[in-house]
Amino acid sequence: MAEHVTLTEPYVEPRQQRQADFMGMYVFLGTETMLFGGIFALVFAYRTLHPDAVAEAARHMRLWIATANTALLLTSSLFVALAVHAARRGGRRAVAGWLGLAIAFGAAFLALKGVEYWKDYTEGLMPLIGPHASVRDGPAALFIDLYFVATGLHAIHMTVGLTLLGTIATLVGGRRKGVPSQAVVVEMGGLYWHFVDVVWVFIYPLFYLARG
Amino acid sequence: MSRETTLLVAVWAALMLLLAATVAATFAPLGALKPVLNLGIAFAKASLVFWVFMHLREQPWLARLAAVAAVAWLLMLIALTQADLMTRSLF
Amino acid sequence: MTAEPALQTPEEKVSYLAAGHSVRSWLLTTDHKRIAILYLISITGFFFIAGIAAALIRLDLLTPQGDLLTNEGYDRAFTLHGIVMVWFFLIPSIPNTFGNFLIPLMIGAKDVAFPRLNLLSWYIYVLGGLFTVYVLIVGGVDTGWTFYTPLSTMFANGHVIAVAIAVFIVGFSSILTGLNFIVTIHKLRAPGMTWGRLPLFIWSHYATSLILVLATPVLAVTLVLLASERLFHLGIFDPALGGDPLLFQHLFWFYSHPAVYIMILPAMGVISELVSAAAHKRVFGYWFIACASLAIAAVGFLVWGHHMFVAGQSIYASAIFSFLSLVVAVPSAIKVYNWTATLYKGDIRIDPPLLFAMAFIGLFTIGGLTGLMLALLAIDVHVHDTYFVVAHFHYIMVGGAVSAFFGALHFWWPKITGRMYSLIWGRISAGLIFFGFNLTFFPQFILGYLGMPRRYHVYPPQFQTLNVLSSAGASLLAAAYVLPFFYLVYALRNGAPAGPNPWNAAGLEWTTPSPPPKHNFETTPEVDRPAYDYPLAKRSADG
Repeated sequence: MAEHVTLTEPYVEPRQQRQADFMGMYVFLGTETMLFGGIFALVFAYRTLHPDAVAEAARHMRLWIATANTALLLTSSLFVALAVHAARRGGRRAVAGWLGLAIAFGAAFLALKGVEYWKDYTEGLMPLIGPHASVRDGPAALFIDLYFVATGLHAIHMTVGLTLLGTIATLVGGRRKGVPSQAVVVEMGGLYWHFVDVVWVFIYPLFYLARG
Repeated sequence: MSRETTLLVAVWAALMLLLAATVAATFAPLGALKPVLNLGIAFAKASLVFWVFMHLREQPWLARLAAVAAVAWLLMLIALTQADLMTRSLF
Repeated sequence: MTAEPALQTPEEKVSYLAAGHSVRSWLLTTDHKRIAILYLISITGFFFIAGIAAALIRLDLLTPQGDLLTNEGYDRAFTLHGIVMVWFFLIPSIPNTFGNFLIPLMIGAKDVAFPRLNLLSWYIYVLGGLFTVYVLIVGGVDTGWTFYTPLSTMFANGHVIAVAIAVFIVGFSSILTGLNFIVTIHKLRAPGMTWGRLPLFIWSHYATSLILVLATPVLAVTLVLLASERLFHLGIFDPALGGDPLLFQHLFWFYSHPAVYIMILPAMGVISELVSAAAHKRVFGYWFIACASLAIAAVGFLVWGHHMFVAGQSIYASAIFSFLSLVVAVPSAIKVYNWTATLYKGDIRIDPPLLFAMAFIGLFTIGGLTGLMLALLAIDVHVHDTYFVVAHFHYIMVGGAVSAFFGALHFWWPKITGRMYSLIWGRISAGLIFFGFNLTFFPQFILGYLGMPRRYHVYPPQFQTLNVLSSAGASLLAAAYVLPFFYLVYALRNGAPAGPNPWNAAGLEWTTPSPPPKHNFETTPEVDRPAYDYPLAKRSADG
């Protein structure tokens, strides 16, 4: 498939360009690892400093919604992987179709997350707004607030990912990006999506399953 | 289904099984082992996604290193902050 | 562009400078050389802004009562000085100008791996810079450049959020540059340019890029946490809820200590080039210097706790951090010894680049040795938060990194512009910078050792003599920093054409015309020899 690839400026051969694209994306995702990693380091810190409060806070989190959401995301990742596979074989319609399914599952994730935030709000877990639950009076609040930052930051990444997948599906579906010659676009979008999925794979045990 | 598709679906099935396992572990009487197990499962899931879905198996080893280097640095951050927090009351 | 040189020589007429004269051709360029120039101009602007803040500080410290500024005005002056110098000058200084310009030239590539990301990185930098200018206009911020909580989240009444946004944004420009360099060095080396033939400038930029990419995101998330605590009253570090403000310091220094190596590693790369070119001799211990860069990048991540020895960190962790801080001195010392050994029996020309390199070696050594003192728990408790610390890190960051920046400017100016500047004035300014720097900062070692704390502008009268000396040195230093601006810009129009290789230096960048053509090389070069392939090296290798 490499011989179809269109070469751009600094590159002299397709393999070099392709490897550079992959490496660039991996390094970028490494920076994202460190971004979420800062929050994860704090999670571990507060588990050490206030183990009981963390377990108490975790019991206020909605394990079943989060489990359903994990399943949704993992499945959407499968669809994206199938889209990449289709792109490499030149299946234009299949790419758009699989990406469409992945987007639907991703959107369902965000919808469920919205339901969860609404429940958090009514229960009084949110800072600054809504009622005030007694669990927020002590160190458990630290962990709950970290949960909001982590899941909020993840939701932002999900939104970016959905936009990205939507754009790629439109471009490939509308022949503005050809496959397999420009399959790398699908591959890069896919890498980002899978990574956002992996972040959730860690958010899930660090927050929801930390019930002691 | 082609061999490639079969592999992708098999990875998905494994991910789902791991998800079920981690939920089961949360409700099992495992004590201090529980967080270790849950994190171990998360690492297993992440490895599967990186290796197959994220194409690390097709990459030269330097690119693989680039993809996972951040994890090592993150472990340093966590380990050395824990070195402070865990020993504050000891000395 | 204000300083568009008159393009007269044949080389200039086909160079990257001739590829379009409109503002648009500069602002939409993806040429790494032009982006380097954009960076050079913008960081120079911020250098002067932060320099003015430093001038205010030194003027205020002339008298023990601090007559010039109010308490809060003084806090805002040193905060601004720190933030702008660190994030808008020092961190981008060498990598984003000389790194951008030279990395593709040195490895035989047409451009960096992602030219459009490179331009984006500059725009992000400018956007962050605009936020900083906004903060300047509306009155500044008084937290110090370290933003410690709970001061920054609960008590400070300056524009903390705006300045946090500025630093957050500029971080992404660092990340994109680091990412670009890593992929460029991995994937765009010319045929035959093996890892073992890379100039040491490339090795040190590779190490720097690793830090940029791995540390900067941690700062970003720390600022997000800080902003959400200040804006939405989240309790992340709130002591009232049982939160731990030290965790902020852990995260902050996980970035900010390696950030010091972001400043010094590219400087070390510059010095390796300058020293070997001045001695016309292969660098002594190539692999030791290359690996020392990587070792500094790696171990540099493990020493951040030495900023927290008296902050309430566990004494056990402090002992670990103290040990690791001593370890990081080893690769630094290896470099200093190797540069010195490179000069030994070299065919030395005392040109301005060498003088700046010598200044670097001397000042960096003093800064490094006092760093060892500070890494020792007992001494640190004595001099923590005094002018001893201020003097130490200025020896590294100004005496080291800024001297190297000026050295690089004097070494590669003929390559970048095609014109030679006055060597005499270059030597004079190197001497003035060295002298002015020492006069400014050496007294601060003594002041700190005697117990003068940093960040206060009112001090006991017995410290006045040393403070006046320091301020006098600062005015000399300021003049010495402005001086090159005049003769370098003068040389743009009136300097003699430099020719491709005015220093008789080895390296691919010196095989191109000065200034280089738009695509750097007519044909992709084939490399068949190691870096620093000087005749002297051959002679010693032969016999």
